[in-house]
Amino acid sequence: MATTRVPLSVIAHGRSGDKGNHSNIAVLAYTDAGFVWLRKHLTAEVVAAYFAPLDPSNVERFEAANVRGLNFMLYDALAGGASRSLRSDTQGKTLALALLQMAIDVPADHTAMLRNLTPRPPSL
Amino acid sequence: MKWVRIGNGCGFWGDNIDAPIRLAEEGRLDYLTLEYLAELTMSILAVQKAKDPAAGFASDFLDVLSRLAPVLKDQPHLKIVTNAGGMNPSGCAARAREILDQEGTHHRVAVVSGDDLMPRLDDLVAGGHGLNHLDTGEPIAKIRDKVVSANAYLGAKPIVDALKTGAGIVITGRVADASLTVGPAAFEFGWGFGEADLDRLAAATVAGHLIECGAQVTGGLWMDADYSTRLGAVGYPVAEIAEDGTFTITKPPGTGGAVNRETVSEQLLYEVEDPARYYTPDVVADFTSAQLRETGPDVVSVSGGSANGVTDTYKVSVAYRDGYTAAGTLLIFGPKAAEKARRSGAIILEKLRQAGVWFAESYTEALGAGDCVPGVMKSAAEPAEVVLRVAVRDPRKAAVERFAKEFAPLVTSGFAGTTGYTTGRPPVREVFAYWPALIAKAAVYPRVEVA
Repeated sequence: MATTRVPLSVIAHGRSGDKGNHSNIAVLAYTDAGFVWLRKHLTAEVVAAYFAPLDPSNVERFEAANVRGLNFMLYDALAGGASRSLRSDTQGKTLALALLQMAIDVPADHTAMLRNLTPRPPSL
Repeated sequence: MKWVRIGNGCGFWGDNIDAPIRLAEEGRLDYLTLEYLAELTMSILAVQKAKDPAAGFASDFLDVLSRLAPVLKDQPHLKIVTNAGGMNPSGCAARAREILDQEGTHHRVAVVSGDDLMPRLDDLVAGGHGLNHLDTGEPIAKIRDKVVSANAYLGAKPIVDALKTGAGIVITGRVADASLTVGPAAFEFGWGFGEADLDRLAAATVAGHLIECGAQVTGGLWMDADYSTRLGAVGYPVAEIAEDGTFTITKPPGTGGAVNRETVSEQLLYEVEDPARYYTPDVVADFTSAQLRETGPDVVSVSGGSANGVTDTYKVSVAYRDGYTAAGTLLIFGPKAAEKARRSGAIILEKLRQAGVWFAESYTEALGAGDCVPGVMKSAAEPAEVVLRVAVRDPRKAAVERFAKEFAPLVTSGFAGTTGYTTGRPPVREVFAYWPALIAKAAVYPRVEVA
């Protein structure tokens, strides 16, 4: 099947934070089709390889299908965590945005995975 | 069906100081919760209390309370539940009492304590409560002489007991953040803490988790926020919880920000490990069972949050002294800015080595060149300028103080394009490291008193 290379942010959003010296990165598909793709391709191994420079001791993936979500735990990835880390981003707040910039190869026709902007009620 | 409206006007100590007042004025709330304690805030408060026995709580809360006093007169049924008590909830309550008396408001103030395990630490360890490190299993003896604080995360039950005294203001020490919401819901609806009520406690825990970080559920940090999101006028969150545990998340009409499936989904998994097992003192909540629906403009309805059991332990947060740290910055402009910045960092450390000063750990970043996520993000184009940031940590305060003096010289002895030294020497601060542990609930005695 023909594929096309796009950033992960085309099909998903997310948020990251800290648990002591561990970071969690939630990746949330915009659509059901996107979630099917994420479940198959965005494995713990793929995420571990992407963040290898941070040297996590282990990467584990959890699922939250109710929000089309995959939650990645990067254990011991914060160089000491909020208290001890010498990094600017002691709490891994930037890691979700970093992961969403990962290049992924999705089917050339991935319309069904794209964020649907029409039906949301307008903000007051 | 009966409902209770709970708003959170503060997500951490340092959050916007006007938000609690605006939310109380505009939120039509039954309860206002204010959350002040991050993982290591207690260590800072413990040190403050050691210097001054009347200190050791989140002092911002007193300023907020002064400004809330007129609102409390207008809305006598509005109640406040906050963990502002920190390491000294009774001291905080005494000051709150004075403020309320001066303002002529007659809300009863109740205090929840018993979370502070420091006075009993050696007895607990001698009694077989090892307080081993939750991740590594190491015994607390390894760091015992450096411990500055040890607090159990209490749950919603003492908050319910405090509300049963007729209190309009409940000030706690360390409690689980979500319990600040679970407590009022359990009190209003007469929920117990046994098997029969676990699903409702879990549902309220989901609500509490969603609002505990303030604007993070109403558009703050939302991946798709843009100029139209009006974050400058962001509204703080309100959870409207029903007797059966279903609830909606919303924000006051007319405020900025947004509440939608995306903002709520992002916050649902924020700082969560296994979403099927979110541990609190009240219940193990299954976040994967919560069903989200957009049911109106800036309204998301949540149903189905259920329990995955309950544990017989409290989490304990121990903080211990772990040396000193400082971080300084300089601006490096011009061609090869990133390379020059990294080299400048090396020069600082080289000069210090020549002076006989070295560090347990040091770290250099060229911010603007992708170093924020080191080795992962590579910037394509060469940045016009970067911020050089060098940080060190060491057990010896003198070494870190010496480091703080080595930044200014680069303005004249470093590379062309070095500037931005206007804020003076970087401050040296003590490091408090975090030691998570568990303790049997039976070994902890929550207390409730009226101030």
